[in-house]
Amino acid sequence: MVTAGMDVGARTVKIVILRDQRIVGKGVATAGLEADRAAEKAWEEALKEAGISKADISKVFATGSRRGEVGGFDDEVSEVVADGRAINKVNPEIRTVLDVGAEEGRAIKINSEGRVLEFAVNDKCAAGAGAFIEAMARAMQVSTEEFGALSLQSVKTIPINAQCVIFAESEVVSLVHEETDRADICKAIDDAISDRLTSMARRVQVQPGVALVGGAARGVGLQRSLTTGLQLDELFVPDDPEFVGAYGAAVIAAET
Amino acid sequence: MFEAIKTEREYWRWDEANWANPDMNWKSGEVISAGVDVGSVSSQAVIMVDGELYGYANTRTGYNSPESARTAMNWALEASDGMKLENIHFKVGTGYGRVKVPFADKSITEIACHARGANYMYGPTVRTVMDMGGQDLKAIRCDDRGKVLNFLMNEKCAAGTGRGIEVIADLLEVPIQEVGRRSLEVDEDPQPVSSTCVLFAKSEMMSLLKKGYSVNQALAAYCAAMAYRVYTQINEVGVVEDFVITGGIAKNTGIVRRLEKLLGIESLKTGVDCQLAGAIGAALFGKVLYEKSHKK
Repeated sequence: MVTAGMDVGARTVKIVILRDQRIVGKGVATAGLEADRAAEKAWEEALKEAGISKADISKVFATGSRRGEVGGFDDEVSEVVADGRAINKVNPEIRTVLDVGAEEGRAIKINSEGRVLEFAVNDKCAAGAGAFIEAMARAMQVSTEEFGALSLQSVKTIPINAQCVIFAESEVVSLVHEETDRADICKAIDDAISDRLTSMARRVQVQPGVALVGGAARGVGLQRSLTTGLQLDELFVPDDPEFVGAYGAAVIAAET
Repeated sequence: MFEAIKTEREYWRWDEANWANPDMNWKSGEVISAGVDVGSVSSQAVIMVDGELYGYANTRTGYNSPESARTAMNWALEASDGMKLENIHFKVGTGYGRVKVPFADKSITEIACHARGANYMYGPTVRTVMDMGGQDLKAIRCDDRGKVLNFLMNEKCAAGTGRGIEVIADLLEVPIQEVGRRSLEVDEDPQPVSSTCVLFAKSEMMSLLKKGYSVNQALAAYCAAMAYRVYTQINEVGVVEDFVITGGIAKNTGIVRRLEKLLGIESLKTGVDCQLAGAIGAALFGKVLYEKSHKK
């Protein structure tokens, strides 16, 4: 059976195509203001990789905060349910999932079957979401990849006092003007977002193993800050962490 | 090394100014006091002669507080008729960067200074001061002498602050001085922007424009949301008349009018620059402190 999962997030649309439990195609496109157009592009990419047409897909499940803006799916699942199911498939040892999307941070507690027991969401404030890192990388004029690499070079702890992204940006600009080492500033930012995620995660009582998913999970600096912040031995980051939601939706479509 | 990103036109940039009263002769004054308010976004220096406003400067805060304090003070002195820093008997620092005003004889919290300053600017009938600054919102209740009775402060989040409006002005490429006026040039107020976070409000406003909102309607949606945010905050301390609004946002008629409508009362207005309240209060405290220390 061929199924697909479509994750329409605040910033990007991700699609995963599954054939008999295996991923055969993936597509991603920046949503911008037109999520429907982005979905078309992501579909094109995913179908091309899978070498099939849309008619070959028996079921499409959608997830993500902007799924209402696009059509072309049979059913929908919430982001936390999709994340829980997906991560359980990849690593059944995981009990806590931290999902850092562009505009939302989520901490999800799951059982050994990947069912959601409890979750906490922050969608009111960009502190603790991918948008925070993006804004900071922009203020530092580095790409998000460079940002993580720089952050890893530092061992210094500089507090960022502002909670708010807008205010934190001014703090970062001040640090830049004081000619603070760039690597130290990047680490300070990773530590700051990690602090916010840690306090959200504590609301669901973090249990090992812990997985980090969502686009921001690729940040190697954030991975380190979170591992320290949550006092973990290990933090699990799946391959292609931004596709976890779409993958979960495709898995659930196959099982339903 | 590397600099913050500069947009081609800086829409957020508000008017800086300095001024001195040409009709006043400071040399015949007995007590010359100064107040320097180093805020997170703007810095003001005020010079008072025997408790009357003589001159001021209003500038953007730079990257460090001592430098910003000096810039504001020097600029205020520049407007004067040859006054030098050493001619000032007592200097008080206030605001976010108050402890870093290098030439200050004393520092006093901005809450006390704002209440005192508003009392001078708007008169003794003022009982509630809403100060809407660059990075914080302060609702202050005071008595007829400008003494603080109660206050509430939000400094955690840019929503509802001047910094937030600067971001929106930049986004919509509308000079910040025009934001308020243009937000009122709509037939009917649209639904307020629902996002709290300024960063998310930016995305929300982009999608409003895409839906066919005019720039003025988008500004109206933002100003309406801000007025409501301030309204809920000020209700926590309770509004007792007379009511005044100080700080940079007091210059935004789009927010002031909407807030007045929500409260059902009008705020007092003044001819003095409403960003000066903190510095004026500081200078007035300076005069009193000088007189105390020189009492025989």
